Amino acid sequence: MKELSLNILDVAENSVKAGATLTQILLTEHDNVLKLEIVDDGCGMSEDVVRSVVDPFYTTRTTRKVGMGIPLLKLACEQTGGSLTISSVTQEADPVGHGTHVTATFHTDHIDFTPLGDVSASVLTLIQGHPDTDFLFRHETDGGVVELDTRELREVLEDVPLNSYDVMQWIGGNLQEQYEALSQVTV
Amino acid sequence: MKSLAELQAIKNRMKDRVVLRDGMEGIRVVVGMATCGIAAGARPVLNAFVEGVNKEGLEGNVTVTQTGCIGICQYEPVVEVFEAGKEKVTYVKMTPEKAQEVIEKHLKGGEVVSEYTIGTVA
Repeated sequence: MKELSLNILDVAENSVKAGATLTQILLTEHDNVLKLEIVDDGCGMSEDVVRSVVDPFYTTRTTRKVGMGIPLLKLACEQTGGSLTISSVTQEADPVGHGTHVTATFHTDHIDFTPLGDVSASVLTLIQGHPDTDFLFRHETDGGVVELDTRELREVLEDVPLNSYDVMQWIGGNLQEQYEALSQVTV
Repeated sequence: MKSLAELQAIKNRMKDRVVLRDGMEGIRVVVGMATCGIAAGARPVLNAFVEGVNKEGLEGNVTVTQTGCIGICQYEPVVEVFEAGKEKVTYVKMTPEKAQEVIEKHLKGGEVVSEYTIGTVA
């Protein structure tokens, strides 16, 4: 993947496919360490499945026998000296608190660190494709925080779909403004 | 600032327009967004379709959606165009520029851009 934001888009899709009602994408940047967490309240995975998703020859897809999403994310973080952990609770084990928590850490000063890229575009793509599920995006840096919670937007929009073009434009503009406010602090 | 008040205004404007589109009539543009598609550059292709369809005022007749792996990863980004009563058209190795052309000629003009279809490229 050319940008980490594409890994984020790809792995967050798994959460949606797991039936998550809320998928959280959390980025924390501090002292040359970037922590990415993707947290969902989907159906969860058994221990065996959690172990096997890092294996490229495991996949839920039916058209191919390989699944590269998690292996690619693992590669992207480990090549910077970081690591990937996955914890998951199945629906059977806990009917209320089930879900999956993927954590990847990156050393941003490592030469093999893949640039984060356009995370806003990935968030927008997720919303475009899955207007009926909720996303919480939060990017914390030393210069401030960018945050978007579709549950708040949904409250305003009521039955107007989140992926209406005008709404998507608003979301894109809102994220851009938040990022601009950040860079003014950090520069 | 893109405020919630502005969002509220969008909502009020759109409220009456919502129920209009339902069912399978019209054209459906489906972009493959699995790992293979994303890695090959499907995100900007999808964006180009979403943007272009709205800029051309086609949103009443054309829906742009995402799907998983279509099964021909080596030809990603793959875009399928479904239209009732017509054969499915599969565009392969797409780019935002090619998307623009497909919007102009195919979605707007009704003419399949055959040079980008799987039959020509493969």
